[in-house]
Amino acid sequence: MTPLLIAQIVLTLFVFVTLLSSAAVMVYVERKVAAMLQQRLGPYLVGPKGLLQPLADVVKLLFKEELRPRAADAWLFGLAPVISAACAFAAFAVVPFGADTTLFGLIPEGLRLQVADVNVAILVVFAIASMSVYGIVLAGWSSNSKYSLLGALRSSAQMISYELSYGLALASVLVIANSLSLTDIVNRQDGSWLGFIPRWLVFVQPIGFVVYMIAGIAETNRAPFDFPEAEQELVAGYHTEYSSMSFAMFFLAEYINMVTVSAVATDLFLGGWHGPLLPESLGWIWFLIKVAAILFFYVWMRWTLPRYRYDQLMRFGWKVLLPIAVVNLLVTAAGVLYVGI
Amino acid sequence: MVTIDHYLVLSAVLFAIGTAGVFVRRNLITILLSIEIMLNAVNLSFVAFGRALGSGDGQLIVFFVMTVAAAEAAVGLAIVIGLFRHRQSLNPDSFMTLKW
Amino acid sequence: MGSETLFYVFGTIAIASSLMVIGQRNPVYSVLLLIASFGALSGLYVLLDAPFVAVIQIIVYAGAIMVLFLFVVMLLNAPHEDTEEDLARLGIEPPASSDGQLDANQAAIVYPRIGRGPARFGMVLALGLLVELWWALTKGHETGAFGTAAVSSVAALGRSLYSDYAFAFEVTSVLILVAMVGAVLIARREPR
Repeated sequence: MTPLLIAQIVLTLFVFVTLLSSAAVMVYVERKVAAMLQQRLGPYLVGPKGLLQPLADVVKLLFKEELRPRAADAWLFGLAPVISAACAFAAFAVVPFGADTTLFGLIPEGLRLQVADVNVAILVVFAIASMSVYGIVLAGWSSNSKYSLLGALRSSAQMISYELSYGLALASVLVIANSLSLTDIVNRQDGSWLGFIPRWLVFVQPIGFVVYMIAGIAETNRAPFDFPEAEQELVAGYHTEYSSMSFAMFFLAEYINMVTVSAVATDLFLGGWHGPLLPESLGWIWFLIKVAAILFFYVWMRWTLPRYRYDQLMRFGWKVLLPIAVVNLLVTAAGVLYVGI
Repeated sequence: MVTIDHYLVLSAVLFAIGTAGVFVRRNLITILLSIEIMLNAVNLSFVAFGRALGSGDGQLIVFFVMTVAAAEAAVGLAIVIGLFRHRQSLNPDSFMTLKW
Repeated sequence: MGSETLFYVFGTIAIASSLMVIGQRNPVYSVLLLIASFGALSGLYVLLDAPFVAVIQIIVYAGAIMVLFLFVVMLLNAPHEDTEEDLARLGIEPPASSDGQLDANQAAIVYPRIGRGPARFGMVLALGLLVELWWALTKGHETGAFGTAAVSSVAALGRSLYSDYAFAFEVTSVLILVAMVGAVLIARREPR
């Protein structure tokens, strides 16, 4: 039990707890930002400035009755939220969020701030994202109800369609960065050009960044691509029949997927934990700031843009986004070969 | 001490399980799943041999096998859909006559 | 030491899931158990120093092909296989002879014409195949532990994919295109 091993176990638990609390924070942030955008107050009764609202929501969800429709397939009905939540957490396991730290000299070798340091990290994120389709499909099918099945089929078709553009945006980054490891890609973005423009990949790959963000929003079923959860049309889509903690797990999975997409976007395009003024060991503060900015952008999108209709959504994914992603990859590859970016 | 023989025996067992599935099951989709089991068993032995011989070719061939398996699964399932529309049955014994 | 126990763990999961795949009557359960088997195989690939193939296995097999299977099973509302007990309960009697001609009524009903005998014969054949493969694979070469592997990075794989195997790569992409067109064409409803 070396200090490094103990520190890694503590790091894993820390990441897990932080992800859970980030979901709670996102609940509050979403409602407050929505309120500000709609010029109303938002939660303000529970706790000072409504800060204890997420706690109230959690307590409410815990005390609700756990229902299961009789015609539902018991095994799959219980398994589906577990798959959703598990994939959401697992995807964050390979995302690095800070430079190697020695924790004030306690760990001389340096602790990598990443739960699992694999050298194919980008692919692992993509793989786990493609596994999270199963949570939705099984939830819809096992509920044995019309709204759930329709919502699940639409949602999974949307997710697998936008996975293609997601993967191609990742491939464009790969072509430039020459490595599949997220830590390498972040470390490549250190320093600056001309003294003040940071060497972030978003300046080299602006189209790739836009494609990635759009595909990420569609992957996490957030507005304007949240037709499968459209309250006006489908009650609640694939999680209609779920209540209490199972619903909370789907809810949790959605927010944590958002956090993971934002974290991967920060690592790939926005320079990860590199930033001016702060020393390397405090880089995680910059990481937090960037992830928070992208999450704010997510919430802003949801409450500003109207929802895409399902056929418009699929047309956009296949006929617009995919060709743009492919052309972006070609141009990037040509640039790397002939210009040497 | 895990040698290449362990991996090859595991691959043989999986292949035999897939073959048994194709012979025994009377449901077209389960037959296709058993074929996928067989293809995976072969992939495992390719990667094991590639590792034992120190060459990356094993992994590359697996790449091609996976692609071909994907194409075959897509077309096979399309055929199953077409057959199901015709006879409302997934039992291969329902398709034993050549008349409509 | 650790990798040896992991081999046995993954191997057991793979074999057990595969056995349950061919033993399940509900096709949705079969698909999910096969995904579990693919996960175990992916772990075995990691043990064989092939992380790229391991992740590609999850992305392609477990994440795409099995989703396709699951969609088809769900959309067809695939019936369970009817055993003789189910048929007896429904009042349909299977034909007495196993080589009689089907008449028009019987052709429309799902019934298992293959009884216990041929199924058992199939199992025996599969076991025979297993014995033969086991014997063939474990003789005839110097058995030994794996040597120190030349760890092939993803970059090296890519380089040989696009140089030595470039033709196979191009042909495979044409194959996928043909399969896509073919699948859409076959599964499409006839315009009336």
